[in-house]
Amino acid sequence: MFWPAPMYLPLLVSALLAVAAPWVGRRMPPRAGAWAMTCAAVVAAGTWVTELAILAFTVVGQLPLVAAQGPWSVRVLAAEDPVDREFAVGCAAVVLAMVVSATVASWRRGRALVSAWRECRELAAGGDLAVVDDPVPAAFAVLGLPGRVVVSSGMLRVLDARERSALLAHERAHLRHRHHLFSLILHLAAVVDPLLRPLERAGAFAVERWADEDAGAVVEDRPLVARAIARAALASGRAKRAALAATGGPVPQRVRALLAPPIPRRNGAALAFAALMTACCASLAVTAHDTERLFEAAMHAHATAGHLRPGR
Amino acid sequence: MTEKDGRGEARRRARGELEGEVLAALWAADGPVTAAVVQESVTGAAYTTVLTILTRLCDKGLVTRRRAGRGHVYAPVDDRAGVVAAGMHSLLDEGGDRAAVLARFVSDLSAEDEQLLEQLLHGALPDRLPDQE
Repeated sequence: MFWPAPMYLPLLVSALLAVAAPWVGRRMPPRAGAWAMTCAAVVAAGTWVTELAILAFTVVGQLPLVAAQGPWSVRVLAAEDPVDREFAVGCAAVVLAMVVSATVASWRRGRALVSAWRECRELAAGGDLAVVDDPVPAAFAVLGLPGRVVVSSGMLRVLDARERSALLAHERAHLRHRHHLFSLILHLAAVVDPLLRPLERAGAFAVERWADEDAGAVVEDRPLVARAIARAALASGRAKRAALAATGGPVPQRVRALLAPPIPRRNGAALAFAALMTACCASLAVTAHDTERLFEAAMHAHATAGHLRPGR
Repeated sequence: MTEKDGRGEARRRARGELEGEVLAALWAADGPVTAAVVQESVTGAAYTTVLTILTRLCDKGLVTRRRAGRGHVYAPVDDRAGVVAAGMHSLLDEGGDRAAVLARFVSDLSAEDEQLLEQLLHGALPDRLPDQE
């Protein structure tokens, strides 16, 4: 007989990983934290989708057309199936919705990346930098081959020479470490599994902090990076106060982190991530094995029935 | 940073990065400046390197060179029509996916954040910043 509890265990472990990951990840150095949280997002979302698909398949497998492909006995499968029928139908609907929303989200993100790259390709650049003559302070990095740093003249004028180096180092760190991919993966994971939304935010913050620390290492002065961020944020805030939304953005946290000593490496945090991700995979393997046994039993029953009553 | 470290740093830096920094220095200047002034604000770059880069930027049409006294002064070429700036605004103002794919240097501030940063810039370290979400 198949005990139902392990069938739902991967969903629980995946939820636990989704809740714990942002909390643990924030206590790690930004680079390690960004990697750990992105891996955790992939494992948690993967476990969630695979488990729902397995649960859904216990009812999909009862469709005569699908059962004929096995072939397995629909009657035995229905009798032995530990999963509630309505629940499995619900899982199937959720899997379908996830596939659709993940496809839509990847299409939209991909299109946005391509169109941003196209617009920036047309800007004349000196080296990796394109300057836009505009008093509104703005600076960003655009993914591409090669990537581009775009900065407005307004931004360059509010910073002094060393702060400018810090700004450029920050944006170059985004390009060098392919930070756009981290945020894309985190975003898609959160689209598939809404429980991962806090992880997407925490991961995005870690990526930003990673670029800050990288810039701090390049200019060999972390408080200088903090000053550049503060000055840039204040200047762009003043320039577009009308459109300002009270978002409580992460800028003060970034500045505070740069003024505090660097976060030491914590083996415990990395271990916690590894343990939870292993638990996810292990519970999924158990469920997959149980389901396999369920279908094997149904196949065996089908074969035996076929043997007893040839031609059925 | 000592002079020696600065030179080592400059040697390691890719040429493209130095080119970007020279361009940034020209834009940050109030008016046309000499190569020596540019060199001052580009950490650890040799004078001849700066001159080479300025020549290359002139060839690309990003910078103009004008004779002034015994030497030359350089200025960035501005975008008179403002076409490029308009394009950048449309990039930045659109929310959602467009905004999400740009790795922006700073995000928007709330009024409270702004006060904290003001304090910070004027040397007084705020003893309390809002906790991370």
